[in-house]
Amino acid sequence: MTADPRPPDPVVLGMHGISKRFFGVTVLDDVRLECRAGEIHAVMGENGAGKSTLMKILVGVHQPDAGRIELNGAPVRFHHPRQALAAGVSIVHQELNLLPQRTVAENIFLGREPRRRFGVDRAAMDQAATRLLAALGAEDVISPRSLVGRLPVARQQLVEIAKALSFDPRVLVLDEPTAALSPHEVAALFDRIRRLRADGLTVLYISHRLREVFDLTDRITVLKDGRRVDTVETSEVDTRRLVHLMVGRELDHYYPPRAAPERIGPVRLAVRSAGAGLLHDVDLDLRAGEIVGLAGLAGSGRTELARLLFGATRMTAGRLTIDGRASRLRSPRHAIRRGIGLLTEDRKSEGLVLQRSVRDNTLLAARSLGRGAARRVALADLLGRVRLRGGADREVRYLSGGNQQKVVLARWLATGARVLIFDEPTRGIDVGAKASIHELMRELADAGAAILMISSELPEVIGMADRIVVLRQGTVAGELPAGATEAEIMLLATGEPDRAGAAAGASREGGTA
Amino acid sequence: MTTTAGPPGAQPPAVPEAQRTAAPQGEPAGGRVRRLLRAVPPIWLVLAAVIFLIAWRNPTFVEPAPFLAFLRRCAPLAVLAAGQVFVIIAGEFDLSVGALVTAVVVVAARLSDGDAAHTWWLIPLLLAAGALVGLVNGLVTTRLRVPSFIATLGMLLVLGGAVFLWSGGAPRGSLADNFRQFGRFGVELPGLGQLPYAVLILLAVGVALWLLLSHSRFGHQVYAAGGNPRAAALSGVDVRRVRTAAFVISGLSAVVAGILLGGFTGVTAEAGAGYEFQAIAAVVLGGAVLGGGRGSVGASVAGALTLQSVFTLLNLLGLAKSLRDAVQGLIIIGAAAYAAHRLRRSG
Repeated sequence: MTADPRPPDPVVLGMHGISKRFFGVTVLDDVRLECRAGEIHAVMGENGAGKSTLMKILVGVHQPDAGRIELNGAPVRFHHPRQALAAGVSIVHQELNLLPQRTVAENIFLGREPRRRFGVDRAAMDQAATRLLAALGAEDVISPRSLVGRLPVARQQLVEIAKALSFDPRVLVLDEPTAALSPHEVAALFDRIRRLRADGLTVLYISHRLREVFDLTDRITVLKDGRRVDTVETSEVDTRRLVHLMVGRELDHYYPPRAAPERIGPVRLAVRSAGAGLLHDVDLDLRAGEIVGLAGLAGSGRTELARLLFGATRMTAGRLTIDGRASRLRSPRHAIRRGIGLLTEDRKSEGLVLQRSVRDNTLLAARSLGRGAARRVALADLLGRVRLRGGADREVRYLSGGNQQKVVLARWLATGARVLIFDEPTRGIDVGAKASIHELMRELADAGAAILMISSELPEVIGMADRIVVLRQGTVAGELPAGATEAEIMLLATGEPDRAGAAAGASREGGTA
Repeated sequence: MTTTAGPPGAQPPAVPEAQRTAAPQGEPAGGRVRRLLRAVPPIWLVLAAVIFLIAWRNPTFVEPAPFLAFLRRCAPLAVLAAGQVFVIIAGEFDLSVGALVTAVVVVAARLSDGDAAHTWWLIPLLLAAGALVGLVNGLVTTRLRVPSFIATLGMLLVLGGAVFLWSGGAPRGSLADNFRQFGRFGVELPGLGQLPYAVLILLAVGVALWLLLSHSRFGHQVYAAGGNPRAAALSGVDVRRVRTAAFVISGLSAVVAGILLGGFTGVTAEAGAGYEFQAIAAVVLGGAVLGGGRGSVGASVAGALTLQSVFTLLNLLGLAKSLRDAVQGLIIIGAAAYAAHRLRRSG
């Protein structure tokens, strides 16, 4: 950490004075970014800070209005992503760009299929795909012949990364690659990224997750409002300092205080021995005033449980009661009438009608409920309660992720929902907005709502939940009180005490064996 | 034409948000006019331009009587477009309306055979049949999950075949005068000539559908069902029912269009041929996006008037009638490309 004997590695990638305006709005202003050979370089900033635009300029999706890009000291100009790929710059976008009806190998080698004399050499293509997957430690779980659409999202993400690696890049851009991965898979991915670094690959890592950035990266460039705030050595900053750089203020209370035990009321929603699809024998109580955190690895059935409690999946076994009365939820419509609301994992594809206004999206559920339901609610009051400023006539696609989430939340306030299910409530939301979503959740609980919060981010589960329920392989593996450690959660989630303990870096020696 | 006062919420914004809010205070008057122009759906400006061109070649066109006659000729297509836009916003197509228009004319002629006494029960019967056709289109699309393009194409063929079979290829009978009056006659206005019933019916249907689409809970659900069906379903919208209702509205509008058209067309098996594409073209001209989520009744009616006035203009310029279809095709492609361009810019 002190005296480094080696000279600093040469700069592989330099972006200098990059500026970009869209419709007269400055998105990037004189941004500089320099990456050394074999470093993992994080680009951080709140939503709208310009991270994605900067990366899109790097890979030739957008053209800069000013500034230059140098690769290995030579100026380059990419007018098309293909040129960037050929020059050794690969990107894995935040959104998946795979063809669901084609196989894994076909996706990886799309347009570059190995040929025989006649047609495509399938065997060679499958082998090459397996090699790339093996490099990610995923050759056992993903067959090159599987249809991509049949794979869970986490595995599709790995296919994307394998595809990016197939171009043999010198600079690899990963834009929020862990959003859909379980902690387990994140750890495996990080191992692989570190190995790539050892081979001299430069990795640009875009993420909101502070912990990942600290775990993985060597240096961090922070953007704010389209300008570069600073570039720092990861080892020389702490969370508070980094958050300060990103939002320009210190966040003292990251999570609001938990519920006092006497404020937790009766059971609002309960299931016993519930099953559907991969879920079986699920017992769960949601109480008024309480936030229950639902943790589990990807594929453990978290989202499936949310959909079941919301009537989007029919329950095939077990009982469900609402306020003590047995009920069968036949559809989301029915669940909404019974006072349940779901904030979906994917706001854009399942939560919002993007080209409609804030008003229409907020009132959507109330209007679908029936006569009068929409009349009783005052829009201004709702938007005030979720602290969403600005006009109600804006189309929601122009809002930031945090404000979009507030619109969905306001929708359920409009229906008077008393049971709220949040599926990954702060995914893709910047630090400042995250805190205000957390505060709103706590306010709702204090006002008597029963809340189930699903999250892949263990710090969020630990910080928010009054009680933690852990799912494993479709059923409840156990329940933990507020303040449980990440290691305890991982232990239940994986069912493998040793590996889980090691993966979470916990210090509970001898406690479990 | 009162549908000009389309609701602001139903129109795609003419400029991106950032640009609009960035307009400086105290700007020159020219800027304000330009912004006002941007707030108007562009199709109205196109319509005004085409009418201006026609009037330039033939000044009598804009005199009250010829202009009202022009509007009467537009009415069937405008009514069809006002119904079709529901289906398009909900994310589907209705290709069966042309065949339905033909069926209305042929069936009405055969059943009444010129007897005015039959008209009073004939019209409700036709409306019910139109609603039934829409219902079948909707159920086949939403319950059997046949893409609406295929489902309504099938309905087009079924209706066409049924009409042919029933009429033996040569439609018989005639329409009673009190049936034809809706598309043919009007109210005498002192000094202005005749205000056609067809224009009044277009006004009434247009206003009613505009209220339904832009000011009712149902209308909001149509936009949601087309804009993002998954989000709509998870917000309690019964997407299948909403889409089926949109098909029923389209079927009803086709019956009204058929009755209006019966006033000035012959009883033939080709009475409504091609109307399905003209209606879709009109809706696309009005800024609706195929795939759903965008569009409005007012702009669709304007699209119908524009299409019809372009045909009039081509006629005036002495272009062959056979060129009409080609021009129509180019207009659809151009309008869709323009809409896509605008969406990309503001997205």
